[in-house]
Amino acid sequence: MIAAFANPDRFMRLSAWLAPALGLAAIALFCIGLPKALITSPGDYQMGQTVRIMYVHVPSAWWALGLYAAMGMASFVSLVWRHALADVAARAMAPVGAVFAALCLVTGSIWGHPTWGTWWEWDARLTSMLVLFITYIGYLALWAAIEDETRAARLSAILCLVGLINLPIIRFSVDWWYTLHQPASVFRAGGSAIHPDMMAPLLIMAAAFAAAAGAFTLLLMRALVHRRQALAGELRLARAAA
Amino acid sequence: MTLLATLSGVYKRDLALTWAGGSGLAAPLGFFAGVVVLLPLAMGPERALIAAAGPPLLWVAAALAALITLERLFQADLEDASLDQLLLSQAPLELIAAAKGAALWTGVGLPIALFGGLAALTLQCPPAQVPMVCAGLAIGMAAFIGIGLFGAALAAGVRRGGVLIAVLVLPFFAPPIIFGAAASNGLEAAPAAFQLLLGVAAFYCALGPLAAAAILRFQAD
Repeated sequence: MIAAFANPDRFMRLSAWLAPALGLAAIALFCIGLPKALITSPGDYQMGQTVRIMYVHVPSAWWALGLYAAMGMASFVSLVWRHALADVAARAMAPVGAVFAALCLVTGSIWGHPTWGTWWEWDARLTSMLVLFITYIGYLALWAAIEDETRAARLSAILCLVGLINLPIIRFSVDWWYTLHQPASVFRAGGSAIHPDMMAPLLIMAAAFAAAAGAFTLLLMRALVHRRQALAGELRLARAAA
Repeated sequence: MTLLATLSGVYKRDLALTWAGGSGLAAPLGFFAGVVVLLPLAMGPERALIAAAGPPLLWVAAALAALITLERLFQADLEDASLDQLLLSQAPLELIAAAKGAALWTGVGLPIALFGGLAALTLQCPPAQVPMVCAGLAIGMAAFIGIGLFGAALAAGVRRGGVLIAVLVLPFFAPPIIFGAAASNGLEAAPAAFQLLLGVAAFYCALGPLAAAAILRFQAD
């Protein structure tokens, strides 16, 4: 099953229609989800209209984490089976995940201003998201720093896996740190169960984000495969000339 | 050569290289001292403020000082091909990496932890807490260096890898910083924090050499 997708030609054929299909699905889901989220869903009884930021903030947080977990799996496959496309997949997911993490931080900051009264609160969740964002940046920086592509792929895969082991530890330590210093004035959301009228748009938005992430990842993977093919072709030409 | 002879050879060589001419230790120690001196100058001489900011400040300074020692850790070995020699040796690369880390900890980590006690006194830390600060910093430096082996190995082949190492290991520095600073503030949660710090340090000292060895095998071929 894993080996079946290792063939770049088969992947290119599959992704040629899957990437636009996912893109269209994302647009359709946004068309359903955004009006629900921004207009028809109820406001929060405490936070009022600002609660609508949640419909962007929470899905981006979920998928920023989800994409890193997927990167970890791809890195594992790449290291163990020397899978030709797994490292491309991990590399392609990283910028998408980084953008989601950044989006989560920015919307969290905008949301924090009316609810917490500050643009940035050292809240446990925001802080761990910031750490995740730096982890993504480090992963991309390592890819950019190493010229030899196979070596970059191997080293980045190890980095990703070690980071994956470490993320729960960071999460625990940040939670511990936050409960130790917890300021009493901070308003804490998410204590009570979420209302069904809010849950439906949230899930639709999450699905839209997932489809968009899939489409961007596949497009980026295609670009990376094309780049590899171009580099290989260049090499062949140079050899033929010499 | 027996395993033990190889490992002690690596350890002694790295320690000698660190202390040769004093430069290997002087740079991080000077960096550490610089932060400790400059921050009170920036904050003003008010005693209560400095006492509150002291332990956290020491931990930031120690983390940064550990960071600047990492860049050359494997890079120098890669450049002069002594890494290839280490790879040829019969001793497992994991243990060799651990020996290098131990040498760095003895050469730089321990002096910084001891100097940290002196610095803590100047930052209005109660003298009774100073041994705790030193012990915490010593364990914290082991955690920083343990995971630092991993970052240093990743950046070994990269020109100007220092910035890269900083970005790579910064997320990993979060837990030891959190537990270390909490362990040395003398509050109620300090003993628990100290135990958690020990746990993180043990984990990083086990994980770092393993990951570093896996990376160095890729770096060499």
